[in-house]
Amino acid sequence: MKPINKLILALAAATALAAPAMPLLAQGAPSPVVLSGDVKAVKTVTGPDGKERSELVEPSTIVPGDRLVFGTDYANKGAEPVTNFIVTNPLPAAVRLAPDADKALTVSVDGGKTWGAVGALTVSNPDGTTRPAAQADVTHVRWVLASIAPGVAGRLTYPAIIR
Amino acid sequence: MKPHALLYASFTTILTPAMLAGLLVSAPAQAGGVTAGTLIENTAEATYEEGGGAPRNISSNTVVVKVDELLDVTLTSLDPGRLTARPGDAVLTFELTNQGNGPEAFRLLADPAVAGNDFDTTFRAIAIDSNGNGTYDDGVDQIMTQPQTTPVLAQDARLTLFVLVTVPQGAADGQTSTVALSAQAVTGSGTPGTVFDNAGVDGGDAIVGTTGALATARGVLSNSVASVELAKSVVLRDPFGGTGAVPGTVATFTIEARVSGSGEVANLVVTDAIPAGTTYAPGTLALDGSALSDAVDGDAGAASGTNRISVKLGNVAAGTRRAVTFNVTIN
Repeated sequence: MKPINKLILALAAATALAAPAMPLLAQGAPSPVVLSGDVKAVKTVTGPDGKERSELVEPSTIVPGDRLVFGTDYANKGAEPVTNFIVTNPLPAAVRLAPDADKALTVSVDGGKTWGAVGALTVSNPDGTTRPAAQADVTHVRWVLASIAPGVAGRLTYPAIIR
Repeated sequence: MKPHALLYASFTTILTPAMLAGLLVSAPAQAGGVTAGTLIENTAEATYEEGGGAPRNISSNTVVVKVDELLDVTLTSLDPGRLTARPGDAVLTFELTNQGNGPEAFRLLADPAVAGNDFDTTFRAIAIDSNGNGTYDDGVDQIMTQPQTTPVLAQDARLTLFVLVTVPQGAADGQTSTVALSAQAVTGSGTPGTVFDNAGVDGGDAIVGTTGALATARGVLSNSVASVELAKSVVLRDPFGGTGAVPGTVATFTIEARVSGSGEVANLVVTDAIPAGTTYAPGTLALDGSALSDAVDGDAGAASGTNRISVKLGNVAAGTRRAVTFNVTIN
C-alpha cells in the first residue's frame, strides 16, 4: 500500500509557496536555482554477514523514535553564478534534530531569530534562567553557500528523529 | 480506526487524558510519541542573489510523511504488595496504560491458575473502574463481558481494572495465590516491529512497539484464616477431700478456646451441655477467672438450668486463648 497511501507529496509550484513578504524582483523570470526535497527513513538491516548496518529506505512505516533524513537537492541551472545562497529549513514540529547531527550545522532554537552552532546557543527556561541548547531544541537548520557556479548541483541533509 | 473503535466511540471522550497540561511545550511530548496520523511536512526555502541583483526567494516542494500507529501497552498491579484475603470474594486492582500513539482497545485475560500457586482462586469477572474512584464498587463498576475488551483508549490514557476472584474454603492460613492479568492490543501484538498493513489510524500501518503490544501483571493474595481449637478438661473434688467421682463430688470443667492462624474469628460462642447425672452449680460460670451471671443478660455468659452453658466470646484475634470454667455436682 505504501507508495500510494504513504504519499510523499510532491507539491509543485515552488514559487507559489514563497513567502509573500520577500521582495520578488525579476518576477516571472524562472528561477535559475531549483530546490527539490525528499525524505528517507533510516532502517537498520542485518546483512548476509550478520552485521547490522543502516540503510536509507522509503518511509513506508514510520513511528515515534524512528530516524528520518530530510534532503534538499539544489542545482544552478542558469548561465550565471548565484551568490549568498542561504537555504533555511524549519523543522517539522513532530521531529527533533538527531543528537548526532553535524555539530557545525547552523541552527536556530528560537524560531529563526538567532542562528549559530547548537553548542553556542542557549534556551530560556520558564523561570527566566537559561540552559545550553540541545539538538531537541532546534527549530530551524540553515546552510549558507557563498556561491553556486552555473551547472553545479549539491545536496543538503539533516537527520531527525520522530518525537 | 478499527471497526470496534466505532462501537466505543462514546467512551473515547470520557477516557481521553488531560493532554492539555503541557501546552508550554510547542512540540507534542506524549509518552507514546507523536500521535498516529500526524503529517510530518518538510519544506526548505532559499534566498540568493544573481548578478548583484536583489535577493530572490524560492521554496522546495513539501515532502509529507504520515506517522503510523505504534502499538504499546503496559499493565501494573496497583495492590500494595500482597493482599490479605480470606475464603470468599477478593478483588485485585490493576492499571492499564495505552503507551502507543493512537487510540486502541485492549483484550484482557485473567489467569487465576498461575504455576507455583499454593491454591488457585476461582475467576469471577473483570470490572472497569467506571466511577474512577480506584475501589471496586459492586453494582456500580462495569463488569466486562466476553470477549473482555476495553473501550478504545486514547494515547496515554489509563484504565483501572479489577479482577474479581473467589478464594476457596479449603485454602489454609498463610497460603498465597497469584492472579495474572494480561492485555493485548486488539489491532495486533507480537514481536516488536511487526507491521499490520493499513490497520492503524486513518488507514496507516500499525506497528508493534517495544512492549510487544502485550503486557502481563500479577497480583498476589495471601490467605488469612483463623482456626479455633477447644480443649476441655475436668478436675474432681469429692466431699471427702479426694478426687473420687461419687455423689456430691464437684467437677470443675475448663473449656479453653485457642484461636490460631491469622486474622480473627467472628462471633465465637462456646457452649457445653451439662453432663447427664450432674447438676450445674449456680453462679460458677466464669470466663478467664471472672464470674459471669447465669442469666441471659448483658454479660457474655448464660447457664440455662440443667441443660447447658453458653459464653459469647465475640470476635477473637488469632493467637488468643480464652478459658471458660463452670462447676457441676454429681447427683
